[in-house]
Amino acid sequence: MAILECKGLSKSYGPVRALDGVDFAVAPGRIVGLLGPNGSGKTTLIKLANGLLTPTAGQILINGQVPGIETKKVVSYLPERSCLPEWMSAAQLMGFYGDFYADFDRTTAKAMLARLNIDSKARLRHLSKGNREKVQLIMVMARRAQLYLLDEPIGGVDPAARDFILSTILSNYNPTATVIISTHLIADVERVLDDVIFISQGKVVLAAPADQLREQQGKSVDQIFREVFRC
Amino acid sequence: MEWRFEGGAPIYAQIVDAVKLAIVSGELPPGARLQGVRELALEAGVNPNTMQRALSELERQGLLYTLRTAGRYVTGDEAVIRAARRELAGGYVDAFLTAMERLGMEKSDMIKLLEADTRRYEHGNFGV
Repeated sequence: MAILECKGLSKSYGPVRALDGVDFAVAPGRIVGLLGPNGSGKTTLIKLANGLLTPTAGQILINGQVPGIETKKVVSYLPERSCLPEWMSAAQLMGFYGDFYADFDRTTAKAMLARLNIDSKARLRHLSKGNREKVQLIMVMARRAQLYLLDEPIGGVDPAARDFILSTILSNYNPTATVIISTHLIADVERVLDDVIFISQGKVVLAAPADQLREQQGKSVDQIFREVFRC
Repeated sequence: MEWRFEGGAPIYAQIVDAVKLAIVSGELPPGARLQGVRELALEAGVNPNTMQRALSELERQGLLYTLRTAGRYVTGDEAVIRAARRELAGGYVDAFLTAMERLGMEKSDMIKLLEADTRRYEHGNFGV
């Protein structure tokens, strides 16, 4: 069964169609790039998968279920913006995540914080922006989830931090879990992707295995993206 | 092993070539044991499924073999390694010829150039 499935999924904000009849299914064990320019509907799709929005029409299913309490147990979500209270420390957050999610692995989280020399006693407010983002990613990836939904995980960070984030994703997801990474920074992520989904103005314009695209077109996914979305 | 990936070719095909080069050059000697798929994928910064696909392809070509529980090894069969060397060399010759033709070089010019370089090699200026 597909871990994530969209059937005729549409979402409108008033007169604006953010998603317009999206159909696709993602199998377990894949790392999928959800790629599209700003405003194409990536974040809307991810919020729908988390039950933060409800569809205007169609369906989005996680393991065959409508997003809700049961699906949140198996979905680990990294929002586009920081969602963590800044007065908390990483140590307090680990307690918080451990209480909320049965699949949270505190040992893994601790090891990752230690490797980055992040002081787990310090309040988030007193950490650098880069380190705050890393703490949030660590909390998300330290869950033993079935589906990771990462909304722009490499958006605002420097290239060294990007490498850290990508290697964290590669080393922490288990081979039966699925990772969906939404981004417009394709050159940085394309070597970790199994599949790519191009989304434009709320519609899926291309969905295929990354290596198959490169083979057929003799171009990198980054180049193909630039051609599909040429301004 | 150094991993660099570029544009057009599929990543798995680039991994196949990189490992092949390491075997042919002796960096990975016959009988050497490879790291696990996950470790290699992490080192190369690629998806584990992609690494798995590349290693399976190298097994299919006879350059690697798997012992059920003990891991994956470089073949000890010199003939297979020689064939891989010829195949890689063929690829470089192909690229060389394509570039030379674009420059408008005749076969005789190319041979002169190659011989000049060979002489340099013989005089020990090649830094080998």
